[in-house]
Amino acid sequence: MSAPLDDMYRDIIMDHFRSPRGRKQLPVVDFSSNGRNPSCGDELKLQVKLEDGIVKDIYIDCQGCAISIASGSMLAETVKGKSIAEAKRIAEVVKQMLKGENAELPNDLEDLDSLQGVRKFPVRIKCALLAWVTFMEGLEDYEHGHGEGNVTTEEDK
Amino acid sequence: MFEPEEIRKDFPILQRKIGGKEIVYLDSGATSQKPKQVIEAISKYYETNNANVHRGAHTLGDESTQLLEEARETIAKWIGGKSEEVIFVRNTTEAINLVAYGWGLDNLKKDDVILTTEMEHHSNIVPWQEVARRTGAKVEMVKVTSEGLLDQDNYKDKLKLKPKLVAMVQVSNALGTINPIVEMTKQAHKIGALVLVDGAQAVPHMKVDVQKIGCDWYAFSGHKMLGPMGIGVLWGKKEILNKMSPFLTGGGMISEVYVDHSTWTELPEKFEAGTPNVAGAVGLVSAIEYLDRLGIENVREHDKWLTVYGLQLIAGVEGVEILGPRDAELRSGSISFTYTGVHAHDVATVLDSQGVMVRSGYHCTMPLHNKLGVVASVRVSFNVYTTKNDIDRLVEALLEVKKIFGK
Repeated sequence: MSAPLDDMYRDIIMDHFRSPRGRKQLPVVDFSSNGRNPSCGDELKLQVKLEDGIVKDIYIDCQGCAISIASGSMLAETVKGKSIAEAKRIAEVVKQMLKGENAELPNDLEDLDSLQGVRKFPVRIKCALLAWVTFMEGLEDYEHGHGEGNVTTEEDK
Repeated sequence: MFEPEEIRKDFPILQRKIGGKEIVYLDSGATSQKPKQVIEAISKYYETNNANVHRGAHTLGDESTQLLEEARETIAKWIGGKSEEVIFVRNTTEAINLVAYGWGLDNLKKDDVILTTEMEHHSNIVPWQEVARRTGAKVEMVKVTSEGLLDQDNYKDKLKLKPKLVAMVQVSNALGTINPIVEMTKQAHKIGALVLVDGAQAVPHMKVDVQKIGCDWYAFSGHKMLGPMGIGVLWGKKEILNKMSPFLTGGGMISEVYVDHSTWTELPEKFEAGTPNVAGAVGLVSAIEYLDRLGIENVREHDKWLTVYGLQLIAGVEGVEILGPRDAELRSGSISFTYTGVHAHDVATVLDSQGVMVRSGYHCTMPLHNKLGVVASVRVSFNVYTTKNDIDRLVEALLEVKKIFGK
């Protein structure tokens, strides 16, 4: 395997791809959000249960490439149990990191660092972004009292 | 037949190495590479003849005009039409839009039926949806069978709806299927429908004769048939083109302009507003000359040989499912497939790491992928410079997918 390829399909990524977290459907949810990258065929459904300002539980159903599935799984694992403010902050940091901006990950979230490998493959960045952007948009719509949103990380062509 | 290994020498880009390896370019269905003859013809035009056409009485302007009109004649001859029936556009998409807006808006009304197929590229679906939205007409689609062919029984049924237009693809960009358009055109004409054929994936690989097809319009791009980007052709029957409204208006297409109205020039300029892409037309002629030197029948033979060889080897890779018909006689130019458990984008990324360039995704055919129940597919597509070695390298690279995802 070539080095950049090795860097993208790291063990942590492949582990999340093979056994994605957050696949258990939730009986009650506070908000849901759908992400879709039509030119890839990546589709993502996300549901969140909140309690006392904390992300109590999260369900993600992602149909797509290894990167979008792994990234969604990492989102589910990371934000579960975090306060809404903290979850938002992490999502923002991941987004910046994927877009190549200078962003520091908190020490206890080093797993997310493995998403960095995607940056060497510009066309795949949107795959890694989809879950995080869908989560953030969903949260924002919830906070502004809007209904379910539809999100894409493909640029308008 | 010709020797593709020899032909490769004419393509400067194929001499490039990436990561120390020769590149294996299997994305010719998206755009073909260009031989040095085409590149040089374009340079030569800009170095020696460049000037605007049909305007100003000077030597360069005359030369440029002559080159454009000679190109029109060459292209007309190549596809069996008349010079004035050849309209220069940017690409197939623009050609179809020209018919949609120049004919569709004037001739379709509420509840009229536009018949297209589930196999179409988005460029032969979306313009019709837009025309339908504006006129109240309806878009119907001929179904595709699980084998990847147009369902001919369904076609006959859909013709009973008396469509005003049948818009269909000659060779599918996603499945490689060659459709029986001669017979389908006959049937459409019997019920009084006009026929538009999307020939983008046919012209690079086989002899096209618009008279034999019998269609009313034929659209294709230069860049998929060894020519440059930004030049394409809409061919149409003179009597139909004459009755159509111009699509784009402005300079170059008017006869007289008054304060409150204008009159149009004759064909083909009526449809060519603004400065045309003369260098593109010159490059396209050079591409036609290149294909003619090889012999278009030989090009088709080579294409068929690659299809047979490719189908056999690719289908043999564990986890691969081929889309579309298995009979090489019914296919041209490309082979699409899925890889069980691995998304097409991941397959493409792994192949790219091995220097093998393919297309992955929907290939601008979302309705078709939805119909086949496939999220996304990988497409390998050929042209005259594609060799046995390219297919062998592809198959080798496919084995890497298993190394990464098969654990």
